[in-house]
Amino acid sequence: MSQPILSVENVTMRFGGVTAIDHLSFAVQKGEIYGLIGPNGAGKTTIFNNITGNYIPTEGRIVFDGKEITGTKPNKVVDLGIARTFQNIRLFKSMSVLENVLIGYHNRMHYTYFEAIFRLPRYWGYEKRIKARAMELLEEFGIADLADTEATALSYGNQRKVEIARAVATDPKLLLLDEPAAGMNPSETEDLSIIIHKIKKDFDLTILLIEHDMKFVNNMCDRLTVLDYGENIFVGTPADAIVDEKVITAYLGEFKHA
Amino acid sequence: MDFTTFLQQMINGFSLGSMYALIAIGYTMVYGVLRLINFAHGDIMMVGAFLVYLAHAAGLSFPAAVLVGVLGAILVGVLTDKVAYKPLREAPKISLLITAIGISFFLENLFNVLFGGVPRAFPAPDYLTQVIHIGKLYLPTTALVIPVVTLLILAGVLWVLYRTKYGMAIRALAFDIPTVKLMGINADGIISLVFALGSALAAVGGIFYAISYPSIDPLMGIIVGLKAFAAAVLGGIGSVTGAVLGGFILGFTEILVVAAFPDLGGYKDAFAFFFLILVLLFRPTGIMGEDLERGRF
Repeated sequence: MSQPILSVENVTMRFGGVTAIDHLSFAVQKGEIYGLIGPNGAGKTTIFNNITGNYIPTEGRIVFDGKEITGTKPNKVVDLGIARTFQNIRLFKSMSVLENVLIGYHNRMHYTYFEAIFRLPRYWGYEKRIKARAMELLEEFGIADLADTEATALSYGNQRKVEIARAVATDPKLLLLDEPAAGMNPSETEDLSIIIHKIKKDFDLTILLIEHDMKFVNNMCDRLTVLDYGENIFVGTPADAIVDEKVITAYLGEFKHA
Repeated sequence: MDFTTFLQQMINGFSLGSMYALIAIGYTMVYGVLRLINFAHGDIMMVGAFLVYLAHAAGLSFPAAVLVGVLGAILVGVLTDKVAYKPLREAPKISLLITAIGISFFLENLFNVLFGGVPRAFPAPDYLTQVIHIGKLYLPTTALVIPVVTLLILAGVLWVLYRTKYGMAIRALAFDIPTVKLMGINADGIISLVFALGSALAAVGGIFYAISYPSIDPLMGIIVGLKAFAAAVLGGIGSVTGAVLGGFILGFTEILVVAAFPDLGGYKDAFAFFFLILVLLFRPTGIMGEDLERGRF
């Protein structure tokens, strides 16, 4: 196998006495959709926070695209090519849908304070070009008609799309999606999985996603890791996961003891 | 009060309101981004005016001295954030507030120790202090220059906020700092920009103030700063347009009250705060303010 685009090596994350992640390792290959599943509190979101630099792992290292990124600041991690969305949608309220996506392009608008103040050609050029690109991106998500709407006025499903579009705007190689289908009805979920496949192809993305909805995971993921109490208990295809004894115990264990 | 007097007072109110508005913008922008009432902001205004005085005393021409004053105020404002506020980003907001009060005392006393507390005459050039007669109106040049410059600056600030990527980042910071970082944006750089912008405007406000009441001293920022803060709250803290509106309302009220009741002139500062209390009784979020968890600017 070629060198993975992301490899999490022996990462441990402790919060005081609580071990959220315990010597976790997994590797994501370029171009795949990789799932991270597990019961609540298994440490899934924590590992996202480790990768994006919000938390520095207690032990272990994270390598992205051949470079160690352990402890790199969040805004630098984005520059290297990792973007994420949140479990609870975090849009910039009362800013328009278009503005929310434009923020994602911040570092690709190459003009300086000076050029902005004197409104030099580069300022106008970037403002115009980036706006056009942002509109194309919204088109891709099927929400271009909502560009001028206040972000919070959108339906839950559409807010999720804006959040993913905003992440894609930062031009990532790796996109981290934290429960993208949470709170969606089956038809919205269906719609979303089509869009995710499409943007993966159009923007040449690798995707790492956290999800609870097994049908969605089955539908989306090439491979997955199952986490339980911060430990990796399974790596393989979704089809193998649902018949694996350890995985079944992790999910249904409490019923056995009941 | 006849019409000429009224017009005369309105023009004075416009000038005074301009100064309050310029200083209030700094309060409101820092609050919008950091949820901090930057009590040192009034002193930044003093620093700006003082540096103009010092640069001029050192032999620079007035315009060059103004440049020194504005750049110096920006430097002090940004440094204050880097040294005193940045280490407290994750700390409770009350620690930040107390630190701001500390910085305010520090700047006042530093200038007191270095330059003494005796008021000094501000070196306003003749072309700004000349008096023009238009009919029965009696106008210092500043009464025209101050509002015009203020309106130009305000247009510039609104343009930066709503038409550039920097402004968009500032507005986004008001909602969610960690998410802004995840857009690849250097949030601390944008916060520095907010302090730089606010300090520059405060310095301009301070210079106008020093020209109009032609003396400066290390404590001049206290009462003007407090009134500009009142203006920001009146307009709805966090809202830039609100701060401008609050500044002008406060300026007009103060001037008109004194004009209408000359005997009460000594209480003009009290009127400003009385008016603030009155507005807040009926509209606790200020004129343009929305509920605190929603967007700003």
